[in-house]
Amino acid sequence: MRHSDFKTALTDHAAKLFLGVLFGAVIIVALLNLLVPADSALHVSSYTVTLLGKYLCYALLALALDLVWGYCGILSLGHGAFFALGGYAMGMYLMRQIGDRGVYGNPELPDFMVFLNWDQLPWYWHGFDHFGFALLMVGLVPGVLAFVFGWLAFRSRVTGVYLSIITQALTYALMLAFFRNELGFGGNNGLTDFKDILGFSLQADGTRVALLLASALALGGAFVLCRWITGTRLGRTVMAVRDAESRARFLGYRTEHYKLWVFTLSAVLAGIAGALYVPQVGIINPGEFSPLNSIELVVWVAVGGRATLYGAVIGAILVNYGKTVFTGVMPEAWLFALGGLFVAVTVFLPQGLVGLAKNLARKKKTEKDEEAHHEPA
Amino acid sequence: MQRVLLIVLLWLGATGVAGAQAPTDDPAAADPPSVSDALADLKSRDFDIKGAAIETIARSGHERAEALLQALLDRGLVHDRAHDRIALGEQADGGWALTDPLTGDSLGQVDARAARPVIINNRLREQIRNLQAVAALSNPDSGRRRQAVQRLIGSADPTVIQALRERQAKEDNTAVADAIDTALSIAVLRDPDSDLHARLAAIDAVAGSLEPAVKNVLRDRATQTDAAAERNAAEKALKAIDARTARYETADTIFFGLSLGSVLLLAAIGLAITFGVMGVINMAHGELIMLGAYTTYVVQQIFPQGHEWSLLIAIPAAFLVSALVGIVIERCVIRFLYGRPLETLLATFGVSLILQQAVRLIFSPLNRSVVTPDWMSGALQINPVFSLTYNRLYIIFFALAVFLTLLTVLKKTRLGLQVRAVSQNRITARAMGIRSERVNALTFGLGSGIAGIAGVALAQLTNVGPNLGQAYIIDSFMVVVFGGVGNLWGTLTAAFGLGIANKFIEPLAGAVLAKIMVLVFIILFIQRKPRGLFPQRGRAAEDS
Amino acid sequence: MSRPDSFAANLRETFRRDQVFGPLRPGTRPVSPGHLDTGGKHILYMEDVTVSFDGFKALNDLTLYIEPGELRCIIGPNGAGKSTMMDVITGKTRPDTGVCYFGQTLDLTAMSETDIATAGIGRKFQKPTVFPEHTALENLELAMAGPKGTWHALLKPVTGEQRDWMASTLDTVGLLGERDRLAGALSHGQKQWLEIAMVLMQKPELLLVDEPIAGMTRQEVERTAELLQGLAGEHSVMVVEHDMEFIRSIANTVTVLHQGSVLAEGSMQQVQNDPKVIEVYLGESSS
Ligand SMILES: Nc1ncnc2c1ncn2[C@@H]1O[C@H](COP(=O)(O)OP(=O)(O)OP(=O)(O)O)[C@@H](O)[C@H]1O
Ligand SMILES: [Mg+2]
Repeated sequence: MRHSDFKTALTDHAAKLFLGVLFGAVIIVALLNLLVPADSALHVSSYTVTLLGKYLCYALLALALDLVWGYCGILSLGHGAFFALGGYAMGMYLMRQIGDRGVYGNPELPDFMVFLNWDQLPWYWHGFDHFGFALLMVGLVPGVLAFVFGWLAFRSRVTGVYLSIITQALTYALMLAFFRNELGFGGNNGLTDFKDILGFSLQADGTRVALLLASALALGGAFVLCRWITGTRLGRTVMAVRDAESRARFLGYRTEHYKLWVFTLSAVLAGIAGALYVPQVGIINPGEFSPLNSIELVVWVAVGGRATLYGAVIGAILVNYGKTVFTGVMPEAWLFALGGLFVAVTVFLPQGLVGLAKNLARKKKTEKDEEAHHEPA
Repeated sequence: MQRVLLIVLLWLGATGVAGAQAPTDDPAAADPPSVSDALADLKSRDFDIKGAAIETIARSGHERAEALLQALLDRGLVHDRAHDRIALGEQADGGWALTDPLTGDSLGQVDARAARPVIINNRLREQIRNLQAVAALSNPDSGRRRQAVQRLIGSADPTVIQALRERQAKEDNTAVADAIDTALSIAVLRDPDSDLHARLAAIDAVAGSLEPAVKNVLRDRATQTDAAAERNAAEKALKAIDARTARYETADTIFFGLSLGSVLLLAAIGLAITFGVMGVINMAHGELIMLGAYTTYVVQQIFPQGHEWSLLIAIPAAFLVSALVGIVIERCVIRFLYGRPLETLLATFGVSLILQQAVRLIFSPLNRSVVTPDWMSGALQINPVFSLTYNRLYIIFFALAVFLTLLTVLKKTRLGLQVRAVSQNRITARAMGIRSERVNALTFGLGSGIAGIAGVALAQLTNVGPNLGQAYIIDSFMVVVFGGVGNLWGTLTAAFGLGIANKFIEPLAGAVLAKIMVLVFIILFIQRKPRGLFPQRGRAAEDS
Repeated sequence: MSRPDSFAANLRETFRRDQVFGPLRPGTRPVSPGHLDTGGKHILYMEDVTVSFDGFKALNDLTLYIEPGELRCIIGPNGAGKSTMMDVITGKTRPDTGVCYFGQTLDLTAMSETDIATAGIGRKFQKPTVFPEHTALENLELAMAGPKGTWHALLKPVTGEQRDWMASTLDTVGLLGERDRLAGALSHGQKQWLEIAMVLMQKPELLLVDEPIAGMTRQEVERTAELLQGLAGEHSVMVVEHDMEFIRSIANTVTVLHQGSVLAEGSMQQVQNDPKVIEVYLGESSS
């Protein structure tokens, strides 16, 4: 039984390995992009930098889901909603940064509002021209939604499949809502045509590399945070709630508080992932709320392996890399591959790749032990 | 089918009129000269001359008068310029196949440009329709007579009024007589010279009618009249009409809600079995519905001429296709995952992606449309503001029939007994000698097959495309969860309840917002009653 | 002392369970949850408790009192309602009618499972329920008495003292050697012991022990008997068992449940000679 404090979570072997690989890769990519001339074979294109940044955002999102699903047993099919809300909060800031450089040149209103003949900014857009306020909202909006939703759901003991289905309904309802022009978030088209962030052009290589670094920092920070939490009594209690919730209640735990705590934290992490994602891909639209996205996210975690944290990160990167390759080479085959992945992982690899690796390692070890036994005989 | 009926009726009507007014043995010999003259007049450019000619033809009592007027409406009466004559023309092989308007003898084929349809304007069209209606007043079929009167309501033409009066004297069908009363009362109200007593009586007579013409005329009278008594009467009648209209509009909304509910029911009952009875979350359920819809489409492609009856083949075919696919899914994927509902959710979601993509590759990503049989189009007109469209009516009955069949299967058959036994306690059931493997596969096949049938019904309402199923999966789950898992009656109540609620909110908030509100409502509802409207009780439910 | 406090205290006094007018107000809410008041004669009051499942009465007008420090044995044939009674006490099942008080002031029928556990009722389930993915030691840590809030769990590591306590409890139940094994990998008997250890860690006022010796060897049964007898006096203990030998070895007072109500109550001797009991057990207990 270990009670990790923040320092051990940051410095133990697994953490060092994870952070080392993450920052090593990111820094090498950044240097190869910025310092190596474009015609060199070693040059890494800005496209690749952004792609990697995108993967890291997905990895952070997967980490957030692993926290609730892997450790707390809440299979949320609506985590894409928190991601998208964080993205929208950042998108609103980026939208305000456009100023009068939009198509209509209106300094006060974003293009789509001019297009809809609105004459003033809706109240909920106020404040988003400040980066700090936008950052606050990135965490606050998904956090509050998760808190309210979770409070209602956990208090009345909605669990398992029911919970999954209503989280899916939640993101579906939000998608329908965000498709409406009247809501004031750009309707169908969402928010796009961003120009710059904190005064730096989003097209510049330096900005892209900075965003990649920010994503890596966020992912690394979240990883350490989650490792710390899961190593404390809180983490162990959460896992106990996952395995035998009513037993935990009979021991005097308010299990709904624990679930709510983890669910809210996870939503905030997902929101941060969305906020980092939007400036890198340059658009946020209601499609991000689609239930399909949320459920695809589940397979990333499943592929990597639940309740290990790094498994979620590996799964997210691997699956998305596969998606990039597939959609480039054989776009029709991607959905077959993804569908097959869902089936294969659930039927054959319930513990994911990490579990598979662990099993193989254990087998090897027992074989070795057996050999060691045999030799003296 | 309706069209056939109509033609037969028209023919009956025509012969009836002809029989009554031209009792001769040889129609060709009895040809009154006036008809040929009138036909010749149709060559004129002057619409007044044409109008007179139409009147003449209609009054001639000629056996073919009815057909000629109809041809005029359908642009089937042409001016053959080479012979400068009027003929019946049918477009064929890029030209016109002409027949003699009076005898029906063939006049040979002419070039497309050699003949031109006789042009009529809206006024003439109106006139022809009125004349047809007047003619139809003596049709032996009371339904036709009633339709004819309905057409003539609001007309101020003295000859029409005269015809109505004559008919009223003879009419023995009360519905038709009432309609004629309404028409005549409106005529009285429209007549500037009628006296106050007559008008008050007329207002009294039309007070209950829902005809739009009645409402119009009453509104006019209420504003234009100088007599306070008349104004009061008109206003009172208007109020009564509005109240009745509102009642029927509510009924209309309920009907639409029921039809939406029956679509939801069809989509959800298959799920209620796989989810409720077997504890399997089948995310591919929507795709099984889609397969049913595509089966309908394929069956129609195989029998291009048979869209009137191909549905009868499509229903069992869709059941079989979806059931087979379902059984394959169960055997290859789900049987490894019993007792792990969240895993079944993920795996079947994967299956749904594969099925969708397969359909996209086979049938292209574009939407296909299925021809709706004629007997499903049209509407059952209850009164002027309330009609039940046949396709929705059929779907309601169809959904109920499927539901009851399923209920019977589960309650009465051996399979049903075994299914319930396995769902309550897998291990004990196996110990009792039930081959749970087989039962599982069959149950899943049954649920999937019903999804296929739902697909047939949906194909009649929307386009058939690869995403058809996705649109229904969340709704179906909502229905099952709302009604209480494992309870088919709950599913029925939930489906109709949600359908009706949706349709009542829609006019207030718009379709999308209505949907969002329903979703939010269910989310909140589940918080209050996590096990739905009709929860299962007992230990079995607690352990799940 | 501030005024509201003393007011609440006065109220609590007024509504004490053993006051004459107490039974006149059935189904009232607890005046002040979270405070166990053991001042009265009894620590647990169950009066006229009825629980029915779809018309079937699992408990039927059950009335039962437990005194502080008492070791009470409950016997009864299968389906008599013994586990259901424990469900009612721990808040798992809500009775249809009847009152159930813990101490003088705590209305168990209106409290959540969590509140009941915090108030001082620990339970060992008939089917051993431990946390399978946690080690034996972690299971004890989870069960340990103390604040159960999220922030506390996050920020306050286990102290050395608590560690020693856990180790000694594990030693008591003979699982010290298994401290780092996953509980799910333990044998049935070991799980029973582990769950008993968890109940001990809760330091409850009242222990409910449902069929503790299933799957244990003769020696282990004796150890359990010693353990339970050692607990009695300081804690109140309610034991459900089918094993008459075991009951005879520990019992002072035995209550016989049958079809949801109390059939007989008294010493083992009295109960065994009660003709009603003999009839129910078909001579099984007369041996
Ligand atoms: N949740 C429930 N739903 C339906 N019936 C129940 C439920 N819980 C208990 N019962 C019924 O109540 C009766 C009493 O059950 P209980 O478990 O209390 O018996 P018991 O005395 O503990 O028996 P045993 O000695 O076998 O453990 C049984 O007939 C059981 O079937
Ligand atoms: Mg029991």
